[in-house]
Amino acid sequence: MAEFNLPQNSRLTEGKAWPKPAGSHKLTEFKVYRWDPDTGANPRTDTYYVDRDDCGPMVLDALIWIKNKVDPTLTFRRSCREGICGSCAMNMDGKNGLACTTGIDECGAKGKVAIYPLPHMPVIKDLVPDLTRFYAQHASIEPWLKTTTPAPEKEWAQAKDDREKLDGLYECILCACCSTSCPSYWWNGDRYLGPAALLQAYRWLIDSRDEATGERLDDLEDPFRLYRCHTIMNCANACPKGLNPAKAIAEVKKMMVTRQV
Amino acid sequence: MAEVKPAARPLSPHLQIYRWSWTMAMSIAHRVTGTGLYLGTVLIAAWLIAAASGPAAYETAQAVAGSILGRLVLFGYSFVLLHHMVGGLRHFVWDTGKGYEPQTRMNMAKYSVVVSGGLTILLWIIVLAVG
Repeated sequence: MAEFNLPQNSRLTEGKAWPKPAGSHKLTEFKVYRWDPDTGANPRTDTYYVDRDDCGPMVLDALIWIKNKVDPTLTFRRSCREGICGSCAMNMDGKNGLACTTGIDECGAKGKVAIYPLPHMPVIKDLVPDLTRFYAQHASIEPWLKTTTPAPEKEWAQAKDDREKLDGLYECILCACCSTSCPSYWWNGDRYLGPAALLQAYRWLIDSRDEATGERLDDLEDPFRLYRCHTIMNCANACPKGLNPAKAIAEVKKMMVTRQV
Repeated sequence: MAEVKPAARPLSPHLQIYRWSWTMAMSIAHRVTGTGLYLGTVLIAAWLIAAASGPAAYETAQAVAGSILGRLVLFGYSFVLLHHMVGGLRHFVWDTGKGYEPQTRMNMAKYSVVVSGGLTILLWIIVLAVG
């Protein structure tokens, strides 16, 4: 049964309001989730004020500004700052996305920007979630080319239109925005693979060079692993790369049916 | 050295903070209406039992169904039924792999409220006109 409330140790408390920077006119309020493993106290939301005249346009710019100028203990992941590494995935203004490709002005419909870690995940510290299970699920779909015929002298050839079938799939950066936006994954993440792993599964199912299609489908034929997708579509709405895991999952379900006909 | 036991990791907030979208709302509405249909089936069963029990019981059942409160319940039940039917058709289209484009999927969710609401009103106009 789905657990709608947060466990006792995860309930939010009101945190610290950090002082406004002196002498600035254009301020944006940020409410940021904080949890410190060293104290073990319940998570809290701290309030920061960011000087927009001194800060870049993206949410990641604001977080780095806070860390540099206000509170060096604020912890978050980031690396490439251009939407290709997937490290800075978080929940901004109620929607998952990458902090580096989400503009501050895109958020804050209510006058302030609320920032939380990716939803329904164990928190390591502040905005850093534990993605161990997410990566294990990706590994479980065996995301590599599987063949039985002898390897060709050069590369495995693929026709142009077969290669095009991978468009909209290979671009996935495994940021976990989609899976952690999915209520079905929240309630059944231990058994449901989630949109990211299933999109990757479809990427190998549809690959013309792969020769393990039947085995791959057998692995997914399970009431939980695949069929917990109820087309809620949060995954497709959240994907920062504009991919459509919901559609990929529908295609896998179709393959399940058509192979029995 | 004394062993330092790390604090148990909290679960990050989910339903509490996630922004609602039409597709998300209609998905849960489909579940709620699906559950509501169980209760509606109980009403139909009760009416059938009354009809089978004889004229007196049937008279009572008809009086209850025809009362203001009875009609309100029936109105709600008919909306739940039609909403679930339209939702079922929406999911049927999605099961064929179509209707996944960003604007299409949002419109399909949004308009299933409009369509099911419209059908309910249409149904009741017909019911009240026929008498």
